[in-house]
Amino acid sequence: MSEHPTLDQPRSTGDKKMLISMTAIGVICAFFIVITHQGTLDKIAKNKAEALDRAVYKVLPGISKITPFYVGTEGKLEEKPFGDKPQQKIYAGYDSTGVLKGIAIQGSGKGYGELLSLLYGYDPNTQKLIGFYVLESKETPGIGDKIEKESFLANFKALDVSLTDDHNKIKNPITVVKQGKKSNPWEIDGISGATITSRAVGEIVRTSSEKTLPLIFKNKKILETQNNGQK
Amino acid sequence: MNPPTHSNQPDKGFFSQLANSKSADEFVKGLWRDNPVFVQVLGMCPTLAVSNSATNAVSMGLATTFVLTMSNVLISMLRNFIPKQVRIASYVLIIATFVTITDYMIQAISIDIHKSLGAFIALIVVNCVILGRAEAFASKNTVGFSFLDGLGMGLGFTFGLFCIGTVREILGNGTFFAMQVMPESFEKWVIMVLPPGGFFTLALWLLIFKGYKLKKAAHE
Amino acid sequence: MPKLTLNISTSPHVVKGLSTDTIMKHVVLALMPAAAFGVYVFGTGALLVMLTSTVFAVATEHLLNRWIRKNTTVNDYSAAITGLLLGMCLPPAFPLWMTAIGSAISIALGKFIFGGLGCNVFNPALVGRAFLQAAFPGAITTWTDPFKADRFFNVPSSVFAWPFMSPVVDGVSGATPLSAFKFDHVNSQSYDLVMGFCGGSAGETSAVFLLLGGIYLAWRKMLNWRIPVSVLLTVLVFSGTMHFLDATRYPSPVFMVFAGGLMLGAIFMATDMVASPVTSTGVWVYGAIIGILVVLIRLWGGLPEGVMYAILLTNAISPHIDNLIRPRVYGTLKKAKAS
Repeated sequence: MSEHPTLDQPRSTGDKKMLISMTAIGVICAFFIVITHQGTLDKIAKNKAEALDRAVYKVLPGISKITPFYVGTEGKLEEKPFGDKPQQKIYAGYDSTGVLKGIAIQGSGKGYGELLSLLYGYDPNTQKLIGFYVLESKETPGIGDKIEKESFLANFKALDVSLTDDHNKIKNPITVVKQGKKSNPWEIDGISGATITSRAVGEIVRTSSEKTLPLIFKNKKILETQNNGQK
Repeated sequence: MNPPTHSNQPDKGFFSQLANSKSADEFVKGLWRDNPVFVQVLGMCPTLAVSNSATNAVSMGLATTFVLTMSNVLISMLRNFIPKQVRIASYVLIIATFVTITDYMIQAISIDIHKSLGAFIALIVVNCVILGRAEAFASKNTVGFSFLDGLGMGLGFTFGLFCIGTVREILGNGTFFAMQVMPESFEKWVIMVLPPGGFFTLALWLLIFKGYKLKKAAHE
Repeated sequence: MPKLTLNISTSPHVVKGLSTDTIMKHVVLALMPAAAFGVYVFGTGALLVMLTSTVFAVATEHLLNRWIRKNTTVNDYSAAITGLLLGMCLPPAFPLWMTAIGSAISIALGKFIFGGLGCNVFNPALVGRAFLQAAFPGAITTWTDPFKADRFFNVPSSVFAWPFMSPVVDGVSGATPLSAFKFDHVNSQSYDLVMGFCGGSAGETSAVFLLLGGIYLAWRKMLNWRIPVSVLLTVLVFSGTMHFLDATRYPSPVFMVFAGGLMLGAIFMATDMVASPVTSTGVWVYGAIIGILVVLIRLWGGLPEGVMYAILLTNAISPHIDNLIRPRVYGTLKKAKAS
């Protein structure tokens, strides 16, 4: 077998040369990547922040400043990430005079097929949900994406999520009803033809709000004063 | 029919090569005669996955063109330096570098495009058109020819994706480059923007191209 | 046209007088009562849908044969059956232009592309149905209520939607027993389900008439009775077990058997002679897999109805079923021990 010409060649080239050339190529490549990374870093961070800002402005009408907060495991709110567990991030929106107008909360869960990630706005003063935006969706085009249509978004103009008197639970959990059957302020008008997706949205918002809203309400003072103090 | 090729000529510099008819041929062959999508049927994963709109198709095509051209150039430059035994590993390393660069650049240009192309930017690295051209062309030809070959193949790939993406977007969404081209009450063929639509449309174009080629061959 | 007289083929060489077109003619006949009942329940709209699908299926078959310069095969009635079956499993107010596209897809992509009758991997009608389901998910889940007073004189406007334009749905869309159960947990009356006095596709609702057609075909030995029996038994047993375990969450087995397109699917679609296995054991397995898939999709899947996908999926594996259950060749040993 050794008389095969191509099998002979490895020995003549030598391991050393291979190692050198691979290292050299690796260095060249690393150099290119580092340069590009440095060059685009700021622009990418800016783009990402802008994309999120756009979403927060959509769900909280009339705000002009956003401050992110981190939710801890023991129900605390901090402006900086803390603890080792990954926390949920919420975004408090303030108007030009520094008054708290609402809080944007992210929720996600299973849609018709894959993960459905939503952002919804909560107004602690009126205890209502005031906005809704789909961050990430792989729902069937033409059916599932009807949740981004105006008629469905109208559900979230003033969706009642009032807390009970001890501020531990939501008085009337959000429910999804059949299209056109909405009769209570805490009901979401479903979409006939996209029943599964519209129910998934209701489910995601319900579980997320049940978990987060009592927490926010408890920490309302922190949220309200935070921005005033800075001014 | 064609003028004799001059492959044995020494390198004469990039621009003199451009004027050479072989240069033109290296560029044009990827666009039509050896089109990666319709003739070689290579790189089917991105072809089927991200051709659901003309915008996605063209941005994916251009990203691939960039990677293909740059990696062809670099590989051709290093072709005498890379030992035969580790050439594939080296090619993959070089291709992966340019894919990473492309990924950063697209994020810097537009987060939205990056989101809609999703994982497929990273998957450019396994697009067999790129490794195929590196092995079959760039490792044996001069930098100038390799550049032209990469550019031609890349643009041919973009053209193929654009053909598929246009049909899928118009039928599946009633739009063309996100502009409404169909009447308001047009019923969208949802299947066209879903994965099966990619297969149907690709098959349709292959049928048309093959039929055209057979007809032409019959005439000659 | 004179027929070729020299015929070189493998056994069997003795031919019984039962040709393809005779069988197909009887299948059309057996489908008629259920189709007619569909027209009675849903009115002129259902009639138009079924007529359109049949006409376009036959026309597509004819044109495609002309295109490749072959003798037309429309006379064997198989295209007509494909069209009729497709029409019967579409909603009664389905736009005609979509119906026509579905028919063309059924014949072109379901049958012709594989080489015509006898070569199709899947039931052609279901290929068309699956395409329509994916392409126009809105229109194909818009149901009309049965027994509307003006059903014979007033065709739903969606039926006459302009080609390529969205249908305008008039009034409230109805529900099928399955979607009512899936989304609202409403159980339908068993009697209505058996007789077919409920919403659904144009020709799938009447279990009684479909069964009659099936029994007729089985009696004439034109249909492999094992397939429907196996499918229905599996559904009955599987859903019965689930119902027994938790009666509040899972519907009764009777509901599962008689609701939706299971009767039509089990009797007329799963029994596609080309797309089902050949061996008798294989056929039992084939039916059982369909039955299990139907129950799985209906109870735990996202869609209310799963007969179509169940049959298509099982069609795809039917050659492999035959391969696994290959009968022993006469005179050979059962698996030569350790070679």
